[in-house]
Amino acid sequence: MMNPATPTSTARSSAGSGRPAVRPPTGAERLLAGVGPQGAAVGLAEHLDRWGSVPTWRGTTFLDELDASGLRGHGGAWFPVGTKWRSVRKAGLRSPVVVANGAEGEPASGKDRVLVQQLPHLVLDGAVLAAATVGAGRVYVHVPSDAVPAVSRAIEERRRAGLDPCDIEVVVAPDRFLAGQETAAVATIIGRKPATPTFVGLKPIREQGVGGRPTLVQNVESLAHAALIGRFGAEWFRRVGTPQSPGTVLLTVTGRWAEPRIVEAPLGVPLGEILQLGLGDARSFQGVLLGGYGGGWVTPNEALAMPLTEEAARKCGSSIGAGVVALLPTNVCPLSEVSRVVTYLEGEGAGQCGPCVNGLAVLANAVGQLAYRPNALRGGVAAIPTLCGLVEGRGACRHPDGVARFVRTALRVYGDHAALHLQRGPCHTSAPPFLPIPATAPRQGAR
Amino acid sequence: MKRPRFTLVLDPIACDGHGVCAELLPECIRLDPWGFPIIESGEIPVELLDHAERAAVSCPRMALTLVKLTS
Repeated sequence: MMNPATPTSTARSSAGSGRPAVRPPTGAERLLAGVGPQGAAVGLAEHLDRWGSVPTWRGTTFLDELDASGLRGHGGAWFPVGTKWRSVRKAGLRSPVVVANGAEGEPASGKDRVLVQQLPHLVLDGAVLAAATVGAGRVYVHVPSDAVPAVSRAIEERRRAGLDPCDIEVVVAPDRFLAGQETAAVATIIGRKPATPTFVGLKPIREQGVGGRPTLVQNVESLAHAALIGRFGAEWFRRVGTPQSPGTVLLTVTGRWAEPRIVEAPLGVPLGEILQLGLGDARSFQGVLLGGYGGGWVTPNEALAMPLTEEAARKCGSSIGAGVVALLPTNVCPLSEVSRVVTYLEGEGAGQCGPCVNGLAVLANAVGQLAYRPNALRGGVAAIPTLCGLVEGRGACRHPDGVARFVRTALRVYGDHAALHLQRGPCHTSAPPFLPIPATAPRQGAR
Repeated sequence: MKRPRFTLVLDPIACDGHGVCAELLPECIRLDPWGFPIIESGEIPVELLDHAERAAVSCPRMALTLVKLTS
C-alpha cells in the first residue's frame, strides 16, 4: 500500500539553485551510483549535484513512506526500519538520539566502510532525516578510526553550509567484533566500557539508550537507503527487489581473488547471478559463508540456487546478515577455517556472561580438536551441537547465538569433511588461511 | 478480569552462578555444567509463583526478576 503523501518540495527543484533535475537511479546500483572516481570521498557540492537535497517531510509523513517502502535494517537483523523509527518516536517524553552505526566490527565485511568513507553525505542525509522524523536533536556517527577523517570533513562542510537543524558528532568505534552491537555502541558513546554490551532485557535501547533517552541505532547502509527514499519515495524504492524484500543490498563478496569486492545487488535475484557463477561452478568452492561470522554456511548448490533474500537464507539456517558472501576455496580445510574464526570470536566476547565465557571456551576447544586433533574429541562430532545448545539464548547480547549458528551450519555443510577427520585425522594443507581475522585480535591463533 | 501472568527474566551479566535460584525453584531452573542457571522460558505456573518470587528476591546479585507478561 503506497502512501499518497508527497514531500513538500522535491529533489527535482532543490534549494532553488537552478540545478538540473535530479533523476532517481534506474539500475541495480543506487547507493553506489554516487561513488566518485577512484573511490575518493564525495564532497557536499558534488553530492548535492548528484542527488539534490532531501526534501522536508511534514509531521510523520515520512514514517508512512518508510513503512510503504518496506526498507529493512541492513546491519544484520533485517528489522523493518519504519517500525523501529516509529517505536523510537513514541518511546518517551524526552527527545530521542540517533546513532548512525558504521562500526562494522565484522572482519569479512567492508561495505559500511565504503559508505562512510566515500559517500558520507548520503549517510548523514539519512541520519538527519531520521533525527527530524523521530524528533531527535542530536546525531552520533559511530565509525572506526580510519573513517573518522572523511566523516569529520563531511560534518564540517554541512555545518558551514548550515544544512542541518541538529548537532552531529563523530564517535570512534573500537576495532572489536562487538563494537557495532546496539547496546555496545551506546556504551561507547556514553563513555562507559567501550564495545561492551549491556543487559536490556527490561528496557530496550530504543526506549532508554544514550543519556537515558530513546535511541535509534541504525546501520549506515539503512540510513543511506532512507536518504534516497526521502528523495524519490517508496514507489521508486520498490521498483527493484521483491515485494517482501524490496530495494538493493550492499554485499562484501570474498573469494579466491585478492581483494573483497563491494557489490550492490537487487534483493531477490539469484545469488549465483550476483556472483556471476553458473551451477557448473559449484565445484570451484566448498561452501559459502553468508552474513558474516554471526551468519551461517550454505552449500555451493544452495548458494547458487537461492534468491538473495533474508528469508531464503534463513531457510538454510543462515542469514544475509550484514551482507557478507564468502566463497570458501577448495584448497583449504574448512574445519580449520571454522576453528580459527571460533577462536577469534571467543576472544572477542565481552567476558560478562557466564554461559558465554565458559561455553565459548569449551566450544572453541572442541572445534579446534575436530580440526587439528580429531582423536581428542570426546563424544564425537555430536558433542559440538550439544555445546552450541548450552550457549544459545543465554547471553546479554546475541554473540553466543551467532557463534553457535556459525558452528552448527558449518557442521551441516562440512559434515562429510568432519567424518573424514575422525576416520583419517586432520588435513595437511599448505594453503594460506582464507577467512580474515584482524591482526590485532587478542588470542589469535590460540588452540 | 484475567489474572496476571508472570515470567522470570535473568540478567546474565549480573548473574555470578550462585545457584540459589535453582535450589529454590528446581521446577523451572536447572544449572548448566558451570553452575549458571538455565531458566525455562514462558509463564511461571500459578502454583509456583510464591517460589519464583522467593528465588528472585534471594538472588545475591539481584540478577533475577519476576516480570509481569504484557500479552
